[in-house]
Amino acid sequence: MTTHYLVLSALLFGIGAVGVLIRRNAIVVFMCVELMLNACNLAFVTFSRQVGNLEGQIIAFFVMVVAAAEVVVGLAIIVTIFRTRRSASVDDANLLKY
Amino acid sequence: MESEIAQIAQYAGDGVIGLSWLMIAFPLVGAFILLVFGRFTNRWGHLLGVAMSLASFVVAVLAFMELIGFGEDQRRQAVHLYEFIPGMVDMGLLVDPLSISFALLITGVGSLIHIYSIGYMSHDEHRRRFFAYLNLFVAAMLLLVLADNYVGLFIGWEGVGLASYLLIGFWQFKPSAAVAAKKAFVVNRVGDFGLLVGMFVIWTSFGTLAFKDLGAKVSGAENGVTLAIGLLLLLGACGKSAQLPLQSWLLDAMEGPTPVSALIHAATMVTAGVYLVVRSGAFFFPEGSGAALAAAIVGAVTLLAGAIIGCAKDDIKKGLAGSTMSQIGYMMLGAGLGPAGYAFAIGHLITHGFFKADLFLGAGSIMHGMNDEVDMRKYGGLRKYMPVTFATFFIGYLAIIGFPLLSGYFTKDGIIETAVHHQPVLGWLAVLGAGITGFYMSRMVFMTFFGQKRWADDAHPHESPSVMTVPLMILSLGALGLGAYLVLGGTLYTFLRPAVGGEATPPVFDFASTPGLVTLVLVAIGAAIAWVKYGRAEVPAVQPRGSFVTTFARRDLYGDALNESLFMRPGQWLTRIAVFFDNRGIDGLVNGLAAGIGGTSGRLRRVQTGFARTYALSIFIGAALLTGALLLVGNI
Amino acid sequence: MSPWLPILMAVPVVGAIVVALLPKGSDKLAKQLTLLFSLLTLVLTGVMAAGYKPTGPRFQFAAEYDWIPSFGVKFGVGVDGVALVLIALSVVLVPIVVLASWNDADGVKTADGTIVAPKRSVKTYFSLLLVLETMMIGVFAATDVFLFYVFFEAMLIPMYFMIGSYGGAQRSYAAVKFLLYSLFGGLLMLVAVIGLYVLAGSKTFMFPELVGAIQDPAMQKWLFGGFFIAFAIKAPLWPVHTWLPDAAAQAPAGAAVLLVGVLDKVGTFGMLRFCLELFPDAAKAFTMPIVVLAVISIIYGAIVAIGQTDMKRLIAYTSISHFGFIVLGVFAMSDVAQSGAALYMVNHGFATGALFLAAGFLIARRGSPYIKDYGGVQKVAPLLAGFFLIAGLAGLSLPGLSSFVSEFMVMIGTYSSEAHGSGALTVAAGISALAVILAAVYILWMVQRTLNGPTAEPVKAFKDLNAREVWVLAPLVALIIGFGFFPKPLLDVINPSVQATLTNVHVPTSTIAEKGTGQ
Repeated sequence: MTTHYLVLSALLFGIGAVGVLIRRNAIVVFMCVELMLNACNLAFVTFSRQVGNLEGQIIAFFVMVVAAAEVVVGLAIIVTIFRTRRSASVDDANLLKY
Repeated sequence: MESEIAQIAQYAGDGVIGLSWLMIAFPLVGAFILLVFGRFTNRWGHLLGVAMSLASFVVAVLAFMELIGFGEDQRRQAVHLYEFIPGMVDMGLLVDPLSISFALLITGVGSLIHIYSIGYMSHDEHRRRFFAYLNLFVAAMLLLVLADNYVGLFIGWEGVGLASYLLIGFWQFKPSAAVAAKKAFVVNRVGDFGLLVGMFVIWTSFGTLAFKDLGAKVSGAENGVTLAIGLLLLLGACGKSAQLPLQSWLLDAMEGPTPVSALIHAATMVTAGVYLVVRSGAFFFPEGSGAALAAAIVGAVTLLAGAIIGCAKDDIKKGLAGSTMSQIGYMMLGAGLGPAGYAFAIGHLITHGFFKADLFLGAGSIMHGMNDEVDMRKYGGLRKYMPVTFATFFIGYLAIIGFPLLSGYFTKDGIIETAVHHQPVLGWLAVLGAGITGFYMSRMVFMTFFGQKRWADDAHPHESPSVMTVPLMILSLGALGLGAYLVLGGTLYTFLRPAVGGEATPPVFDFASTPGLVTLVLVAIGAAIAWVKYGRAEVPAVQPRGSFVTTFARRDLYGDALNESLFMRPGQWLTRIAVFFDNRGIDGLVNGLAAGIGGTSGRLRRVQTGFARTYALSIFIGAALLTGALLLVGNI
Repeated sequence: MSPWLPILMAVPVVGAIVVALLPKGSDKLAKQLTLLFSLLTLVLTGVMAAGYKPTGPRFQFAAEYDWIPSFGVKFGVGVDGVALVLIALSVVLVPIVVLASWNDADGVKTADGTIVAPKRSVKTYFSLLLVLETMMIGVFAATDVFLFYVFFEAMLIPMYFMIGSYGGAQRSYAAVKFLLYSLFGGLLMLVAVIGLYVLAGSKTFMFPELVGAIQDPAMQKWLFGGFFIAFAIKAPLWPVHTWLPDAAAQAPAGAAVLLVGVLDKVGTFGMLRFCLELFPDAAKAFTMPIVVLAVISIIYGAIVAIGQTDMKRLIAYTSISHFGFIVLGVFAMSDVAQSGAALYMVNHGFATGALFLAAGFLIARRGSPYIKDYGGVQKVAPLLAGFFLIAGLAGLSLPGLSSFVSEFMVMIGTYSSEAHGSGALTVAAGISALAVILAAVYILWMVQRTLNGPTAEPVKAFKDLNAREVWVLAPLVALIIGFGFFPKPLLDVINPSVQATLTNVHVPTSTIAEKGTGQ
């Protein structure tokens, strides 16, 4: 019964992961990260349902809060980078190396 | 019947012997003042130096007088000074006939040479420093002979080495002098190695380094240990006394000012080896032992080698240096014959101190009047210009060749006769050596004082001032009569017997012995050949090429070449290899390790590309691997 | 509880703080204050040492304060004879080094204006020096093994900066090499210290309580190894010696004196105090390999010294040779040799100190450490040449100078040692005696090339020593000659401690009494 939800979660996670790896645009990468987070949330909720207690759902809320905070900071960084470099490509911001 | 040497008594009186440390202290203080107060003492420094040496001489004479006041078996007095190394070495002085004989020679001849140096060094701007070093030498030499233990002896031993180093290199701005000084020190150190290890063995085997305790612990019979000690000490003696195989430094040492050659490299320091052998004689060189035989052989070989070198030298000082080697060879031969030879060895040492100092100072006087020219081929006919120098030099010459009734005749003949009696082969070698001595010394006299003048036009030979000639006269008096005084009637023998042992009745000097007569004949033949070649005939002002034998002798029997090819060059290679190994091998390994770590990390950091997606991929792969691993283990 | 040692350690630190807090531009005052504080320490040490009783208990002026109670770590100090003479050596050398380094931080320029060393902070240099003095006192005084370790490592820091900031052209290479080598050894020692604490199980680091605590021979060997490698690097022993020539050559002359004269002694002191007494069975088991390393150091250091072209490196290699003698003496297991080794530590400090400082004065005048750049100094600067020669003669252990007594005792003690049969140690002593010849070669050849011969053109402008420089060298030379003829005051202090050490190592110490001159 709940297996379908888990499969869906895995699919979403996979799409997110592939997106992070192959897309250059920071906004898209960011959205893919969100997608992976939400895939996890779905899995948590599913397991919560499966096991029959609330802990998975609680963790999902935590994840949402963290994700929201991350969006705030992450978007601010992306916007700043875009303003200074006129580009939102993650490959262009490679100065922090060696 | 051989008599035991006398026991050493602790000095209990309150006479001069108790103050014998003053002998060392006077010149030491002199050296200290002259060196520390430097140029403030320039004006009177030389006088202070002479005064300190004379003061030391006075103490030595007073101590001698007090010593002969004791009965014969009381004539070895030890004076305790202070504890040097607690539980191991007590510093003390031993005043006995042997050491006081040396002390008298050192301070007596030393003072004369001090006085002579006032004149000889009068034009040198560093005369004060010269006297400081001379004082230092006298102090160290007295410590050497007066110390009552091997460590004190060794301190003096190295002290005279230092003084010799400083004085050979006194004109250190000349590279040849600097090199000669270093060479003398280093070659001496090879000998010191022997003496040092000898002391280790003595301490380990007998638990003491003091002469007075050794007497009770060493039986006098030879065994492996005492033979080893004897040979090690002999190595030390060879270094200091320029005996084969450590002879090579002495000829170069003539780079020093001539009074130094007279005092250190003829009269006193170079005889320290003989002193060491005689002093240790009762313990480690008993009559007939292997060590004593070794000493005798070394002496015999060196006396011939030195004489041969002396034949070929045109440099008057080097000729005398060869002669010194040769004469010390006689002493070493005598010292290797047991108590019978000691008195003659020491006697020859004392008379040699006088006549060789006389000869060297005479050579110095000649150089003084000849613009420091040392090449005898540029002398000739000097007797008219330097009558006093000639007269004194001639007396010294007669003494050294053993002209009957002069000093050298008695002492050298004594050694030869004893040697022929004990070790016939070595004895006859010594006879041969005497003949060669007759040749080379006559050659020197003829080339210098007789024949035509060969000097350059700008040389104005003149007699030296009296401050130089008076010491010469006094020394030549010693060369005249001292031998007869010491040997006839066994004076020295009887005096030394408490310290070195020997039969109760002194040997009677035989004026008509076979070896003695043969010696005289050989000496006469040698002198005659010299007269034919250098007296009557014209001496070429430029050295002729000469046969290969002459070249052999001129090159000091290839001693330097041998040392160079055996030790110096391999040593240089070893040094270079070691330095290379240290820089490239050990340090290379260390630096290589550091470079390896640095290089690896330099390559590894390239992984940090700066591309966020690359990092993401590596995180993904890592997570996948981890998950896979956990699945495999089966913990999920 | 005696307050002496804590006070001694506090005085220089207070001085360091005062000097560091001085306002900018008061360089001269900083120098004077440093000298004052170091002299004060010297005087206090003298007063303290006067109250030392050679026949009294092993550790005197002892004091203990809790430091980290949960691990039983204490601030425990106290001195035996060996520690006392080494502290005395340190506090004597510091004021001399202060005087000698008076202008070192002011920068060095050659005559033609090339800057050899730039101007650096004077205050920092001198406060580092004072901090180092505290640590030198502390490391010898520590009776708590942990405290010893802390000082052992902490000493590196001021020395690192003194080399790295005030040294010659290759200073940072040398400083890093010095630091890495020492840290490597220090870490091994830390492991051994922890192991000692755990295995002894007595919840204390106090040295007297740890003696004999480890009985298991295998464990002794491991812990011994940890301590010994650290000390061998510090000493330094062949083949872990290559940091010393670099560090000594690059350090300013004053720092080099403290580095070779005192810091390296911590290594040999540690062997004597910790390696032998804490792990006697292991020490005996490892005697032969260590003696072999020591003999290699002696001969190898001397041979490599002969081939050096740089004066300071040459002196550093002679020290490697001399440290070989000290290690040989420590492990010869005879009281004569061990007293000689302890005496050597002091004498070597004076002799090599004088040699480094005299060489430093030469280098300051010429701006080059290379021997080939000199020649004929004797003629233009006789005083400097004279001091250099005497220091050199002390380096070749000329009898009558202090190093001879110690070298002689080490060799004769090793030769006559009855440990390990007599054969091997006899051979070791015989071989090491060859160093007397090599020493003459390396010193006198250097003297010949620098002081003698015709005066080289740049040398002609040399000025002779000024009053300050004479005051630097004269006390050292006086000590060298004084202890050369009268070593008894030092030996009287050293001998009882050595006896105590050998008792803890279970070596019979009756050799002197049996073989002595029967006093």
